[in-house]
Amino acid sequence: MSDQKKLAIIATKGTLDWAYPPFILASTAAALGYQVEIFFTFYGLQLLKKKLALKVSPLGNPGMPMPMGMDKWFPILGTTIPGMQAVMTMMMKNKMKSKGVASVGELRDLCNEAEVRMIACQMTVDLFDMSTSEFIDGIEYGGAATFFEFAGEADITLYI
Amino acid sequence: MANFDTELDASGLNCPLPILRAKKSLAGLQSGQILHIIATDPGSVKDFEAFSKQTGNELMESREEGGKFYFLIKKA
Repeated sequence: MSDQKKLAIIATKGTLDWAYPPFILASTAAALGYQVEIFFTFYGLQLLKKKLALKVSPLGNPGMPMPMGMDKWFPILGTTIPGMQAVMTMMMKNKMKSKGVASVGELRDLCNEAEVRMIACQMTVDLFDMSTSEFIDGIEYGGAATFFEFAGEADITLYI
Repeated sequence: MANFDTELDASGLNCPLPILRAKKSLAGLQSGQILHIIATDPGSVKDFEAFSKQTGNELMESREEGGKFYFLIKKA
């Protein structure tokens, strides 16, 4: 399968909304026959935690649609109210569920099933004093050179 | 409508789940067998065309009826 297309993704963000692009694109590409590798670095490592606790925040995100037209009249400072992030995260999760959008955990499982290769940035793991026991099984640990080994041969490379 | 070998009901599921489920269902079929897919995601119309083009599994039929989308895909 030397003519198999390759997709390389760098996942750098650790919020609920930004968890979707890497996993959606990786799982879909795998279904289309691509060989896929995702390199998780900095906050992107949150996406590899066994216990996913991803959140979404309206703070500093004027593009985020809010229920009941809140984004129109709600003062920016209102988005800093304690508990706002939890409320918005819950609303987003409910909305996704009602629209038949897969959960992040579900998409990650599908990526695993499709043999998407996932690499955690060793430097970030050390930097934030994270323990490898916090992460799901079946992932690898490596650095920038590990990423380039695959990305150098990739047809598509995305930084998310 | 042509006969099919397996049916996949992806109603209520959103992108990219219909494609991923279809891929999985096709994996269980022999070459030449046909998968019937039911979906409610309007994006699936273009997505199944693209899926077919890229994987070589022929999209034999794509139609809408009563707000649902129906596809017939023949495994390559």
